[in-house]
Amino acid sequence: MSLLGTHFNYVAVVVLMMIGLFIVFSSRNLIKRMIGLAIFQTSTGLFYISLGKVAGGTAAIRLDGTSPEARALAATLDPAYVAQHGVEGVVYSNPLPHVLILTAIVVGVATLAVGLAIAVRIREAYGTIEADEINAVARVDAAGAEAAP
Amino acid sequence: MTGDDLLILLALGVPLFAAAVTYAVGRMPDVRETMTLVACIALSIITISMFTRTGAGHPPSLVMAEPMSGVEIAFRLEPLGALFAVMASVLWGVNSLFSIGYMRGRREAHQTRFYMCFALAMFGVMGVAMASNLFTLFIFYEVLTFSTYPLVTHRGDEAARKAGRVYLATLVGSSVVLFLPGIIAVTALMGSSTFTPGGLLAGRVDDGAANIILLLLTFGVAKAALMPLHGWLPSAMVAPAPVSALLHAVAVVKAGVFTVLKVSTYIFGPELISTLWAAQVILWVAAGSIVVASIVALTKDDLKARLAWSTVGQLSYVTAAAMLPWANGLIAGGLHMVFHAVAKITLFMCAGAIYVATGASKVSEMEGLGRRMPVVFVCFMLASFSIIGLPPMAGMWTKLLLVTASFGSGAWIVAVAMIVSTLLGVCYLLPLAFRALFPPMAAPVRDFVRPGGTPGVAVAAVVITAGACLALFVLADAMAAYLEPLRTESFVEGAP
Amino acid sequence: MTVFENLYVAAPALTAQAPILVVLAPLVGACAAALAPGARTGWVISVVTTLFAVWMAMAVAGEVARHGVVQYVIGGFAPPLGIAFRIDALGAGMGLLVSTMGFLGALYSGHALVSEIDTQKHTLFQAGYLLCVAGFLGLVFTGDAFNAFVFLEVSSIGTYALVAAGEARDRRALPAAFTYLIFGTVGATFYVIGVGFLYGATGTLNMADMAARLGTLGDSSAVQAGFAFIVVGLGLKAAMFPLHGWLPGTYSTAPSLVSVFLAAVATKAAIYLMARFAFDVFPQTTTFGGLFIKDVLAPLAAAGAIICSLQAIFETEIRRMLAFSSIAQVGFILLGFSLASAAGMSAALFYMFAHALMKTALFMALGALAISLRARRLDDLAGVAREAPWSVAAFGVGAASLAGVPLTMGFLAKWRLIDAALGAGAIWIVATLAIGSLLTLVYVGRMLEAMFFRAPPAGAARAKEAPVGVLAPLWIAAGLSIWFGIDASLPEAIADAGAAALFGAAR
Repeated sequence: MSLLGTHFNYVAVVVLMMIGLFIVFSSRNLIKRMIGLAIFQTSTGLFYISLGKVAGGTAAIRLDGTSPEARALAATLDPAYVAQHGVEGVVYSNPLPHVLILTAIVVGVATLAVGLAIAVRIREAYGTIEADEINAVARVDAAGAEAAP
Repeated sequence: MTGDDLLILLALGVPLFAAAVTYAVGRMPDVRETMTLVACIALSIITISMFTRTGAGHPPSLVMAEPMSGVEIAFRLEPLGALFAVMASVLWGVNSLFSIGYMRGRREAHQTRFYMCFALAMFGVMGVAMASNLFTLFIFYEVLTFSTYPLVTHRGDEAARKAGRVYLATLVGSSVVLFLPGIIAVTALMGSSTFTPGGLLAGRVDDGAANIILLLLTFGVAKAALMPLHGWLPSAMVAPAPVSALLHAVAVVKAGVFTVLKVSTYIFGPELISTLWAAQVILWVAAGSIVVASIVALTKDDLKARLAWSTVGQLSYVTAAAMLPWANGLIAGGLHMVFHAVAKITLFMCAGAIYVATGASKVSEMEGLGRRMPVVFVCFMLASFSIIGLPPMAGMWTKLLLVTASFGSGAWIVAVAMIVSTLLGVCYLLPLAFRALFPPMAAPVRDFVRPGGTPGVAVAAVVITAGACLALFVLADAMAAYLEPLRTESFVEGAP
Repeated sequence: MTVFENLYVAAPALTAQAPILVVLAPLVGACAAALAPGARTGWVISVVTTLFAVWMAMAVAGEVARHGVVQYVIGGFAPPLGIAFRIDALGAGMGLLVSTMGFLGALYSGHALVSEIDTQKHTLFQAGYLLCVAGFLGLVFTGDAFNAFVFLEVSSIGTYALVAAGEARDRRALPAAFTYLIFGTVGATFYVIGVGFLYGATGTLNMADMAARLGTLGDSSAVQAGFAFIVVGLGLKAAMFPLHGWLPGTYSTAPSLVSVFLAAVATKAAIYLMARFAFDVFPQTTTFGGLFIKDVLAPLAAAGAIICSLQAIFETEIRRMLAFSSIAQVGFILLGFSLASAAGMSAALFYMFAHALMKTALFMALGALAISLRARRLDDLAGVAREAPWSVAAFGVGAASLAGVPLTMGFLAKWRLIDAALGAGAIWIVATLAIGSLLTLVYVGRMLEAMFFRAPPAGAARAKEAPVGVLAPLWIAAGLSIWFGIDASLPEAIADAGAAALFGAAR
């Protein structure tokens, strides 16, 4: 149980990842496959973000201690904590993974777009987006290639 | 450029040029065949010139390219190679004469391709003969394989294609899976694969590696038809007779045993060979091949198949000679290579001549044919004598030398195998000749299917090689003296 | 890299910016090509920008030869925080390979696309192609693990679209592209997860930093998991057996230009990145990585080399034959790689170069034939040698190199691999290589027999010789296969230097 307690974030990541992969490889519908892929990619996002989380840390926004935003932030935090560190001394979570995942999300969206576009074209060419039916047609195509002189 | 370089380039260039010209003038058979003969004569002159230079201690040599360090395309003549080159080029000429008669007599198709591939095959043979290292030898070995493939499948029917597949699969397969790794192993161990008098590996590798490399390099050369890699040779007999004559008595199979001789002489050296168990294994296999092939030959009714099996046995003589832990064996092997080539080409050409004239290809069909074709059958008998080792034919000397060398080095099993195969040889060759020449009275004799019998040029070719069997009987001693340097440690100036 | 030491091809100011220009040129070209008014303009842009990339890659190679490692800091943010290109001899060699192949492909696309893609789409196609080239160039130059992912995906997204464009000729291209997208994305995501583990363990994404910290950290389970994820992810991209499911369909249905470029570059770039992680980022002292490579990777590579060669033998569609052959050849390359020695890596790199050239020639030749002949099966190509002698002769050269005929680059490549395996005492690898080569001979023999010796079927459509614009790049690739088979000093030097960059010792 200690694993669940201390590493629950990883457990969540792994569960999401497995769900995503399972959908990708078990589903016969192309759209569902793309959904699975998206879940799979999202799990890595979660993984990175949770990697960057520092215990007690807050969002990585650098603030001037006297500004109204800083005071607003201080109001949301534990007063004892603020008394000890001041607003400037607030512990931030590691911002780098956020940046990376932003990039990864962009990449993921682009991939998704291309994948869906291809799915649309498949629908136009084969009249279906079910992998089994496409395979059946493709087999006929291949047989046509065989039979062609 | 010195004269030496030029000779080597010419020896490679003339066959290539001949191939190109053959292709270019393919529409004009007379010009095409004249050009082939001119090329044969030119090549013979070149190789004889190299032969004499090598004998005089000035072997031509040339480095052409070095794709990687330690791997170079280089040529250097030595006595064995010079002898092989002369033998191949002269017999190419004789065989071309025969081919002209045969191909025209049979009105075969694709004659241009036929002559072109022949020339390319000679290009390969020249490269094999002159190669100064295993890498170069390998390249031309493969050139020879691929250039002869269209010749084997010349007929183009299903049987020919099947034989062609066996041919390529065995030769290329063994050379890639066994021969090439062997070469790479030698190069990896020694930094090069140059043929070195006394043996490149001698004293420089441990026995385990040497044994494995010897097995790789010997069994990898399937052209030497050592059992169990002999199957391609009988099956390649679907080819026309001139192809069988030149390729499967002279060029291809002799390139195989020549490679084995080179490996034994220059990569291992008799000293090292004598310590290896692998050499003993090969000796036993060769002895087995000799006996088994002779027995199989006895059972074959098809004349060419019988000759092919005889070749399988005879090639193992040379392989066995190469593995004898005695330099005498090498010289005997070198001589046997030549003498067998001359005799066997005669036999194959006789078989072709008989086929052209009468359509007979089976031994049982040839009874009494000697009456109609006395010259051909007399030549057949003379060549048979040489194969068996009866005086006054050249083959006698090498049989004698080989048997004494085998006994002398303690390989009694080989000596016994040779004696047994001689007896079998008497059984499978001589009755044929005798029954053809002196048939029982009143036996029916086949008629010529081709008016006029065999074309004159073909008969002339047969007579020339049969005469050569006789002439070599006298010249054997001089040739043995020429090969004498194989015995000594170092004979090539400046060799590493 | 001594051959490049005196290579000053560009002015110093330009040379200083060369690393980024190599990547930027095709990237900018991609934008320009997308906006280009006509197919011809798009083609010119493609050729010019890839040629520029070749030029800059040569400049980088010269710098690397002189200084050992070239570091290029992007945007003034110094590593380890900022992203930097870090190019050593291995990266420079790969850069030369990718850019040269990109240029040959661009040259080839001028005429080859006409029969395969609707003319109106040429500009977009060129844009996708240049994107793909830029991605691979960035991938081999970058020194940042996450940046490598981005470049990997830039190139991959380009490729998915390009493969799908093959539908105009063969609608099976669409499902093939979709499968490729799924596999590719899963692979890339695995890679990202692996990098995440390493980042968690080391706190850096810069590969050089990562290597330094991993050296002191030793083996932890996070690092091992990261390594496994990265190898599997890149194995998917490299079509490592048994993760190759996407490749045959992709290669056989994509437009021929895409098959050319994918076969020449895509799998090699993934193998490059794998080598970078296995031998550079991961300390070679760790036992886990070594075990993984020797006990998992090598047997899989061997199995792939044999099984896929067999599949190629029994295949009837010629492009699928070549596709299976590619997987088998990846197996060969990975076998050299799995020796985990400088000699093995050098042989693997040399094999990569050889394979890139031969497969380029083969796929280009098929593309050249496809201009006039709709042929899928090998039997449809019976006797084409008589109708399109130049294309088929180049195909023959590529096939000879594939089979390892002496005096072609493929022969020397096999030689070096066997040599390296012998040197490492790995006899079973030698045996695998020998048997694999034999199987290669069989299917190459089948192809050549059909094309050169068989009579064409009566009444079938006939092939015509391809235009010069197609033959020129085709023969450059074929010619190089022969040239480097006779004098291999140049690729040999690059391969040796590349291996030395990973293993710190020359062969």
